[in-house]
Amino acid sequence: MNRRKKYSYMLCGLGVCLLLTGALAWTFMRKAAAASAGVVIKIDNFTFAPAEVTVAPGTTVLWVNRDDIPHTVVSEDKTTFKSKALDTDDKFSYTFTKPGTYTYFCSVHPKMTAKVVVR
Amino acid sequence: MERHPKDELLYDHNHDGIDRRGFLKCMAWAGTGALCLMNGGMLQSASLSDPSTAKLPRTGGQLSFAQISDSHMGFNKPANPDVAATLRAAVEKINTLPDPPEFLLHTGDISHLSKPEEFDAAEQILKSCVTKDVFFVPGEHDVIGDDGKQFLERFAKDAIGEGWRSFDKKGVHFIGLVNVMNLKAGGLGSLGSDQLEWLEADLKGLKASTPIVVFAHIPLWSVYPQWGWGTEDSAQALCYLKRFGSVTVLNGHIHQTMQKVEGNVTFHTAASTAFPQPQPGQAEGPGPMKVPAEQLRGLLGISDVKFVRGEHALAIVDTKLG
Repeated sequence: MNRRKKYSYMLCGLGVCLLLTGALAWTFMRKAAAASAGVVIKIDNFTFAPAEVTVAPGTTVLWVNRDDIPHTVVSEDKTTFKSKALDTDDKFSYTFTKPGTYTYFCSVHPKMTAKVVVR
Repeated sequence: MERHPKDELLYDHNHDGIDRRGFLKCMAWAGTGALCLMNGGMLQSASLSDPSTAKLPRTGGQLSFAQISDSHMGFNKPANPDVAATLRAAVEKINTLPDPPEFLLHTGDISHLSKPEEFDAAEQILKSCVTKDVFFVPGEHDVIGDDGKQFLERFAKDAIGEGWRSFDKKGVHFIGLVNVMNLKAGGLGSLGSDQLEWLEADLKGLKASTPIVVFAHIPLWSVYPQWGWGTEDSAQALCYLKRFGSVTVLNGHIHQTMQKVEGNVTFHTAASTAFPQPQPGQAEGPGPMKVPAEQLRGLLGISDVKFVRGEHALAIVDTKLG
């Protein structure tokens, strides 16, 4: 095989390798991102939406208050997780590591309840 | 709001019967100022745009106080971008009442986010009131994040437990109750067993003829449970109050005036000085209700309350800010 052909084959090979690596890396990153970024729950009109979410252990749930009144995000037992007062556009996040059903509510407006199922 | 015509007809302290038409006229609150006076068993009503036109009895032994509520200092959204201005307007209204009240009752949600600067601002504005004596009970917005520690220190140093207390003024027994602490998921307002025990003991030595005024943030009657407008264990409290001839319950929380009479108990909620909220079920949720700017002050207000010795019921006049 002459030198030119050798080099072009090498370049092709290198290109293919890079593409494969890139694709693999991208897939792994996406999987990792999916596990950690998780779910966004919107608070508006005195409601948590979605009212029930199911996530894998290790998922971080993010709450965003879009209501024009402050709310809190507090686990039913009042100890597992407890946000400070969230005014409009304030956020709170919690990473769920243990499987289980976590009912939570707004401690200022206790009629607002929702749950996160971790499994 | 559920109406119980039967309860209203049974309201008959003096056993003199009651003028039903006058009574039902009184029940049409809906943002108009209405004065209801019991005079020898006959209920007289007059609608007022100006409280100075009210012919209030000026006999001796009269007690006069005002209720303000839900100032939400710190709130700054479209429903009212300047709650400090409307609180100042409320204080102005009090300062220009024909009979200056002897003291004020603030039925909670003084602040919006329990921030120190919000409490500071509210206290500063109240300092310009001619009436210096103010008794506070907390709203759920006053106890966020610190279990009411700030509220207790600032406004209820001499209170018991989580801020309840009682005091007497000219023979009328006042009871401030706290129903915004230890709220449970999915629940309503809550008084708790400690407070109920205290209430029972507090009322024990009193004669049934002692007029009672109870003030608390969340309504002690079921206005609209779906929106959290009620108190889980108020029935127990009302049971202790049953034997008294005249009981007035003053609440806030719902940001609109509403009244209900049940036997010898008159329940009344005050308007907010900050922003109005929708009538039960008239919106998706009980949040701040946006109205055209020129209508705002007509939906905010104070309540001027008078007790006249010899009369059973207190006269409550709701006055709008504009």
